[in-house]
Amino acid sequence: MELYRLTASELSRMMQKKEVSSVEVTRSVFDRIAKKEPEIEAYITLNEQAALQKAAEVDEKRAKGEPLSPLAGIPVGVKDNICVKGLPATCASKMLENFIPPYNATVIEKLNAQDCVYTGKLNMDEFAMGSSTETSYFKKTRNPFDLSRVPGGSSGGSAAAVAAGEAVVALGSDTGGSIRQPAAFCGVVGLKPTYGSVSRFGLVAFASSLDQIGPFGRSIEDVAMLYSAICGKDPYDTTTARREYPRFEAGFSADMQGVKIGIPDAYFGKGVSDEVRRLVMQAAHKYEEMGAALVPVTLPEPDYGLAAYYIIACAEASSNLARYDGVKYGYRTKNYKTLDEMYENTRSEGFGDEVKRRIMLGTYVLSSGYYDAYYKKAKFTQKLMEGMFREAFQKADFILSPTAPDTAFQFGENSDDQVKMYMNDILTVTANIAGLPALSFPCGFDSKGMPAGCQLIGGKFTEQRLLNAAYAYEKAAGGFDLSRTLD
Amino acid sequence: MIIGLEVHCELNTKSKIYCSCRSSFGAEVNSQCCPVCMGMPGTLPTLNEKVVDYAVKMGYALGCTINPVSKQDRKNYFYPDLPKAYQISQFDIPLCEHGHLDILVDGEEKRIGITRIHIEEDAGKLIHDESFAGTLVDFNRCGVPLIEIVSEPDLRSSAEAKAYLDTIRETVIYLGISDGKMQEGSIRCDINVSVHKPGEPFGTRVEMKNVNTFSGAVRAIEYEAARQIEVLEQGGVISQETRRWDDLKNCNFLLRSKEDAQDYRYFPEPDLATILLDEAHLQELKDSIPELPNKKTVRFMKEMGLPEEDARQLVESIEKAAYFEEIVKAGNGKIIPKDAANWVLGGISRVINETGKPIAEIGVTAEDLAELIGMLEAKEISSSAGNTVFEALLKNTGKHPKEIVREKGLAQVSDTGFLQQIVDQVVAANEKSVNDYRGGKTNALGFLVGQCMKASKGKGNPAIMREMLLNYLNG
Repeated sequence: MELYRLTASELSRMMQKKEVSSVEVTRSVFDRIAKKEPEIEAYITLNEQAALQKAAEVDEKRAKGEPLSPLAGIPVGVKDNICVKGLPATCASKMLENFIPPYNATVIEKLNAQDCVYTGKLNMDEFAMGSSTETSYFKKTRNPFDLSRVPGGSSGGSAAAVAAGEAVVALGSDTGGSIRQPAAFCGVVGLKPTYGSVSRFGLVAFASSLDQIGPFGRSIEDVAMLYSAICGKDPYDTTTARREYPRFEAGFSADMQGVKIGIPDAYFGKGVSDEVRRLVMQAAHKYEEMGAALVPVTLPEPDYGLAAYYIIACAEASSNLARYDGVKYGYRTKNYKTLDEMYENTRSEGFGDEVKRRIMLGTYVLSSGYYDAYYKKAKFTQKLMEGMFREAFQKADFILSPTAPDTAFQFGENSDDQVKMYMNDILTVTANIAGLPALSFPCGFDSKGMPAGCQLIGGKFTEQRLLNAAYAYEKAAGGFDLSRTLD
Repeated sequence: MIIGLEVHCELNTKSKIYCSCRSSFGAEVNSQCCPVCMGMPGTLPTLNEKVVDYAVKMGYALGCTINPVSKQDRKNYFYPDLPKAYQISQFDIPLCEHGHLDILVDGEEKRIGITRIHIEEDAGKLIHDESFAGTLVDFNRCGVPLIEIVSEPDLRSSAEAKAYLDTIRETVIYLGISDGKMQEGSIRCDINVSVHKPGEPFGTRVEMKNVNTFSGAVRAIEYEAARQIEVLEQGGVISQETRRWDDLKNCNFLLRSKEDAQDYRYFPEPDLATILLDEAHLQELKDSIPELPNKKTVRFMKEMGLPEEDARQLVESIEKAAYFEEIVKAGNGKIIPKDAANWVLGGISRVINETGKPIAEIGVTAEDLAELIGMLEAKEISSSAGNTVFEALLKNTGKHPKEIVREKGLAQVSDTGFLQQIVDQVVAANEKSVNDYRGGKTNALGFLVGQCMKASKGKGNPAIMREMLLNYLNG
């Protein structure tokens, strides 16, 4: 058995028993990268030398009998909008092509404390704006199930790398579905945690009130392990919540007896492909077989959620991305005479079309005279949606829906129709709008052989409940089938 | 003339408003900044709670309503000294609102409305110099905490504006929330000016930016009012615009017209939590507010009978005002406050200037000074003996004025028998002066009194000896 195929929890147990070393595991992953990367192109920056060195340090610590965390020596991939000191953080943009942060994101500090090994920085949509990773300035990442298809986005590199064995687990970020949708497209597990449970310090901001970092893995246990390692109050991010978090992977219960699962009709309706609907309902019925009850719940119309999402996200993005002005770091145009020309040309040349589109949209909705009609209304809609979710959770323990309306599409298929592209997020954005935790796990394949994703949305800080339910499915299904992408 | 002021005051917290960088003035260029205050990708602000406390103190000092729930907002605009391309400020819910400040102009108190006080971060500084091409940026000032104090358009003259600014400055110094150093840019203001004829509605206001000194504010207001009057008298109209004051050229010029007004696209800062202030903490802050300089000045005038100038001079320094009050208190109602003020503004101030020491280290206790003043007022010692005692007190021997007077034999002698002997000796020894006086040169009297003082070694009561001399000379 090749080591890169194994999950983090399996590798962790083997390393603890000293059956394998971190260097062997890391070596295996980099061999896999060397083999698969030419066709997948998941990485923007590889970190091989430092990774192997770190792996050797971990092995040395282990040899000395030092107490180590379960994640010690596990090769982790990092989305390229998360700052790792000394490695480029390009956000897949020409604007930050040469930007190397002199600081670590808090999640990286936390993983450093656990002795994780970093494989490199993963491709994404430029500044996390997109649903296919096609807006990356550097490269197009391919879906490991079908190289003619997109891996989803914006964390497409993270999902593809984990699916293809180019990383054991990975970090992504989710503003409107950017962890869950690529997880669904690539047949892996992705968790978007409750807003405020994971520090955003060192995550290059897209939409500050919606962004959350979260884990990718090939098993529920791996996702739980990585999430346990990165969550918690951070003094450097005042939007993080002060509360106790358990070690999630230690608390699994697969007992679904009496659990009430909310089924929102609107999330299975128009726009959702028949095959995806069928596969997700099959998962729901599997829960019924385990003793759970399916209850209908009313959730906000996804259309409203999508509209509110694009207004709030773009408004915040227009302000967050204003700092890329060519003055201090990153790209600066060569073509300018005045300060205004420098700003204009730097930003015109440095940003891609999708980023510019969203900056313009965001600038517009915040402009005087339009603020009330757009931003204020979107914030009002957000409040309404939070209320509707609260009501739904009176009836159901969590909500089950498809993650995305369809399975992975082909390159260029949605590129000329922005609204169609934005529809990819229609089932995921509401969890961000309401700050709720949501998880996507694979629930089978469609007739094209592409994986479909089942989304579970819970009340705030109910990650354990979602992980339990997903774990129950994983056990019942006999694990998630990645044999085609790992071979 | 109608004037409203927006005063920006740098707070003297140890660290900046959203990061742990020091916020002191004058450090080497770009040595007091970090990824957070330089707005590097992925960094987040964390609010320094001291800044909120300081702003709330100012709010209480200015009689404001404090909003127990407030938020911070982003003000978006591009400028190279603003690294995030937005300034974190407060838009629709400032910390403090609806206050007032009483200023003293020509001996009269006038109440000026305070619209609001909010917290925000300062921007960096652009550096232009002939030694290099282009412009450089110093980010040290980025994130230095500011409060912006916005007045109602209640000021009617440059003198009132000056008094308002002076009072704001004294107040922040009294509260200990700012060092109030003009030359370091701790206090800066934007000025709104309009003119109108009596009985007519207010005119269109013009905003002036870049006013960095109080004297500059006076000149800027007078210049702008004169400019507006000239425009109107020539049949023109004043348009709502922003002008930049040039202190060196003593004039202003158009920065932008109303049409070019910037749209700052304010929206709530999503990286920072709502500011919540509980009642107990607010009460604590309220209780910490000392008597403020404007009120103290008026009290010194009304209750202590000090002239305005003396009161102002004392109040300018917290320690002098406090010392003055201690002396008056130690005098237990028996000494005249004006005499105490004279000592503080005279002898004590001279020593402060010469030694640079704070009053506490000079070593003259308020009790000692009160004792000395009491002896002088009771004419137990002469004023020259008083100076001798003061000099002795400065040597910090631990001896009190009465002991010093006794030891040095400085007590003023009023015993007529003893004094008559001295007068007799002096007139005998100064026959020429006696004759001069009798010949009409009356100023010879002063010389003779002086000789008597000398002969008495400074202890004789000069008034009695003068009387005795006159009796002799005119007799």
